[in-house]
Amino acid sequence: MDNFPYLFAAYTAIWIGLFVYVRRLARRSRELEEEIQDLRRQLGR
Amino acid sequence: MRRLEPLLAPAVFVAMVAALWLIFMVVPTERQMGIVQRIFYFHVASAWLAYLGFFTVAGASAVYLWKGSAAADRAAIAGAEIGVLFCTFVVVTGPIWARPIWGVWWTWDPRLTMTLILWAIYAGYLMLRAFGGDDEAVARYAAVLGIVGVLDIPVIRVSVRLLHGIHPNVLNQPQGSGLADPKMRLALYVASIAMLLLGGWLAMVRMRQERLASELAALRRLAEERA
Amino acid sequence: MRAALAILRKDLRIEWRTKESLSSLIVLGVLLLVALAVAYDPTPETAPTLAPAVLWATFVFTGLLGIQRGFLVERENDCLAGLLGAPIDPAAIFAGKLAANLVLLAAMQAIVVPLVGLFLHVDLAASVGGLLVVLLLGNLGFAALATLFAAIAVRTRAREVLLPVLLLPLLVPLLIGAVKATEHVMTGGLAGARDALGVLVAFDVIFTVAGWLLFTYVVRD
Repeated sequence: MDNFPYLFAAYTAIWIGLFVYVRRLARRSRELEEEIQDLRRQLGR
Repeated sequence: MRRLEPLLAPAVFVAMVAALWLIFMVVPTERQMGIVQRIFYFHVASAWLAYLGFFTVAGASAVYLWKGSAAADRAAIAGAEIGVLFCTFVVVTGPIWARPIWGVWWTWDPRLTMTLILWAIYAGYLMLRAFGGDDEAVARYAAVLGIVGVLDIPVIRVSVRLLHGIHPNVLNQPQGSGLADPKMRLALYVASIAMLLLGGWLAMVRMRQERLASELAALRRLAEERA
Repeated sequence: MRAALAILRKDLRIEWRTKESLSSLIVLGVLLLVALAVAYDPTPETAPTLAPAVLWATFVFTGLLGIQRGFLVERENDCLAGLLGAPIDPAAIFAGKLAANLVLLAAMQAIVVPLVGLFLHVDLAASVGGLLVVLLLGNLGFAALATLFAAIAVRTRAREVLLPVLLLPLLVPLLIGAVKATEHVMTGGLAGARDALGVLVAFDVIFTVAGWLLFTYVVRD
C-alpha cells in the first residue's frame, strides 16, 4: 500500500503523453485549416 | 469502414473506462508485487500497440516504395508517431514499475534493451522526417528506414539474449505462473482493446491531418505560380 | 557483377591515389583507441576485459565517419549522378561501394587491432584466426547498413548528425554479437562464440540482402 506514488506516476505519465500528443494534433490541424482557408480566399476559389 | 468512423471516439471512451474499472476495481492485488503490479496492464498493452505501429510503418513503407501511394506514406507517418508514443509509455512505465519491485530504475535486461533500441530506431525515423529537408525523396528514405527497422527486430531479439537480465517473463511461463487470476487476463485484454482503439483513433486523426498538409502544399504551389 | 567490380576498382584506385579517407580513418581510429584506453585507465589485469568493447566501439565510430566521408566526396563531385546515367543496376553500385568500404575498414583495423593488443595488454596472436572471422562477419553487416544509410544521410539536410542517429540503434545487435564473439574468441576459442557468431551471420545475411534490394529506392532520383 506504500507504493501508491509509483502507481500514480505511471498512470499520470501515460495521461501526460496522450494529452501532449492530442493537443499537438489539434493545434496543427487548426493551423493547417486556417492557412488553407486563407490561401483559398487568396486564390479566389 | 467509413460508416463505423463516428463510432470510434465513443468506443475509445467506453473501452478506456471499462479498462480502468477492471484494473482498479475488479482485479485482485497481486501477492508478490502489491498494487504497483496494476501498472502492468497498460504497460503491456502499450508494448503491443508499439509493435503494431512499427509493423504498420514497415508494411506501409513497403507499399509506398512499390506503388508510390500517398495514402501509404501517410499511414507510415501515423504508424511511426503512434508507435513511438506507445513505446515511450512502455519505456517510462517500465522503470516506474521496476523501481519499487527490483530496487533499480533500469537494467540492461533483454526485453528492456530491445524496447529501448526499437524506440531509438523509430525516433530516428521521426527525426529523419522532421529534419531531412523538404525534398520529396525524404518519404522514400524514411520508407527504407521503416522497413530496415522491422527487419532488425528478430536480430535484436536474439542478440539481446546474449546479455544478462531479470525482466519478469510473465506471459511465457510454462505453468502459466504469471497471470494466475482470470480477472487479470480479462483486464489485460480489455486494456489492449482500449489501447488499440485509442491508437486507431489517433492514427485516423493524424492521417487526416497529413492529407490536409498535402492539400496545403498543393495550394501553396498554386499561389506561387500565380504570384 | 562486372559493374560492381568496376566500381570497387574505381573507388580503391581513387583512394590509393589520395589516401585521404584511409589516413584519416587510421588516425581517427588510433586517437579514439587512445582516448578510450586513457579514460578507462585500466590495470594490466583488467585491461584485457576491456579489449572487445574498445575494439568495436572504435571501429563503429571510425567506420561511420569514414563511410560517410566517402559518400560526401562523391556527392560534392556529383559522381553518383554520372554513375546513374550509365546503364548500371543501382544494386551493383551498392555492391561495389560495399566492397570498397569493406577494404577501407579492413585496412583501418589492420593498424588498430595490433595497437589494441599493445595498449590493453592482450595477446592477440593466440586468437588471430577467430579474431579474423569475427572481424569479417562484423565488418560485412556494418558496411552493408552503413553504405545504405550513408547514401541516404548525404542527401538530407542534417547529414552529419543524421547518419549516427539512424545507424547506431540499428547496429546494436551487431555490436552485441561482435563484442561477445570477440570476448569468447579471446578467452576460449571459436567454439564458445557460436551463438554470437550466429547473430552476426543472421545480421549479415538480412542486411546485405536488404541493402542490395533497397539501394535502388535511395538513389532513384
